[in-house]
This record gives sequence, structure tokens and C-alpha cells, in this order.
Amino acid sequence: MDDLMLNQFLLLAAILFSIGVYGVIARKNTVMVLMSIELILNAVNINLLTFGAANRDVAGAVFALFVIAVAAAEVGVGLAMVLIIYRNRQSVDLDEVDSMRG
Amino acid sequence: MVAQNIFFYVIAAGMVGAAVAVVTTRNVVRAALYLIAVFAGVAAQFILLAAEFVAVTQVLIYIGAIMVLMLFGIMLTRARIGRDVDMTNDHWWVGVGTALLLAAVMAYSLIDRWGDDALPVDRQVNSVGGSNTATVSDSIFSQYLIPFEIVSVLLLAALVGAIVIARKDR
Repeated sequence: MDDLMLNQFLLLAAILFSIGVYGVIARKNTVMVLMSIELILNAVNINLLTFGAANRDVAGAVFALFVIAVAAAEVGVGLAMVLIIYRNRQSVDLDEVDSMRG
Repeated sequence: MVAQNIFFYVIAAGMVGAAVAVVTTRNVVRAALYLIAVFAGVAAQFILLAAEFVAVTQVLIYIGAIMVLMLFGIMLTRARIGRDVDMTNDHWWVGVGTALLLAAVMAYSLIDRWGDDALPVDRQVNSVGGSNTATVSDSIFSQYLIPFEIVSVLLLAALVGAIVIARKDR
């Protein structure tokens, strides 16, 4: 147990990913669902950098930066959609946004 | 080496606790603050993985920009801040089951595949002039130039789209 193991980073990322999935499924507030998605994206970044460090390759860091940029774009569009849902319905409850249901 | 392991487990325990608090707390603002703690822990793990540039970017973009955006979103949709009940829907147990199943499957397969593999002691990438950041930038602006340009167009399109979606005068 001297050295850092590959698995301890991968297991940490797996746990964070599962917590994020729970948040996406169980949360009612739309902003909270967006936060859970951020948890999932961070778990992915930990995985990318772990494999980058294991292979001593820079591609992991490069793609982690791309994921961070895509996450920023996603939060911008997502929050704009949450704002317009709130403006139209005075609520951000996901259970009430069900007009796609027949 | 032992110090790195202690550091890892302390930070990891804090991150998992904060992440559980993010998805279970009844107060939206507190969830955002716990999420900042998770992001800071992720940045610390990036330092352990010898990716200092990504760690600094994580602090700047996630803690500096994305969380401010989230707090603005909470502020502008503050219908539920006063009432802290009922943040979780009635089918939360489906989420618990899915998350536990997913974690079990991933843990089994990870341990099965990478059981005792250690990370290389010298985790610096094969670098130009001894700097990880220089290697990352050289790689982005040579090998990954096209994806980089596509990401910048994506960011522009997303920001224009966000303004068009959220503006009032339509």
C-alpha cells in the first residue's frame, strides 16, 4: 500500500458517478438535476486523467479540458431553459413539466 | 508515497460525503455550496494525478464560473427556497436501486480488471522542457487543433443559444 493505485481513483469516480445518477433520478428541482449532471461529468474527468497518468499520455488532460468546456456550454443552455420554464409556469418542479405525456 | 495515500483518502472521504449531501439536502443553496466542496476535492485529486493545469482550470471554470451561474439560476427561480420540503420525488427508491446496482457492477468490473495495478511513480507525461502545461498546450495546438476549434464554435453557439432562449422580448 505504498503507491497510489489505479483502482482507488477509478472507484472514487464510480462512486461519484453513481451518486450523480441517483440525483438525476430522484431530485425534483430542475437546478438540482443540473448539479447532479455536473457530478457525473466530474467523475468522467477523474477517469480521463487517471488513465492519462497511468499511460503517461497527455490525451487524458486534453480531453478533460474539452469535457470542462462542453460542461460550461451545457450549464449555460440548461439554465436558460430552466429560466424560461420558470417564467412560463412559476415552478421548476420536474413533475409538473409533463406536457410531453399524452 | 504514504503521505499521498493519506491525502487521497482524506480528500476522497470528504468528496463522497459532500456529494451525498448534494443529492440529499433539502436546501438548494446548501446543495450548491456542497457541490463547490466536491469540485475543490476533484481539483485536489487532479493535483495528485500530476495534472496541475487541469486542476487550475477546474477551479477557475467550475468553482468560478459554473457555480456562479448555478447560484444565479437558484436565485432567479427561488420559488422553493422558502419551502424546503419535498425536494425529492416519490420514486427516489428507484434512484437508490439504480445507483447501488451501477456502483456494484462498476466496482466489480474495475477490481476484476485493474486489481493491483499501481500508477507510475513518476506521473509527469513525457514533457517538453519539464512542464506538463507546456505539453498540454503543444498537444492542443498541434494534434488536437480541429477538436479545439470545434469546441470554441460549440461554446459560441451555446452562449448565443442561451441568450436567445432566455431573453424576454419575444
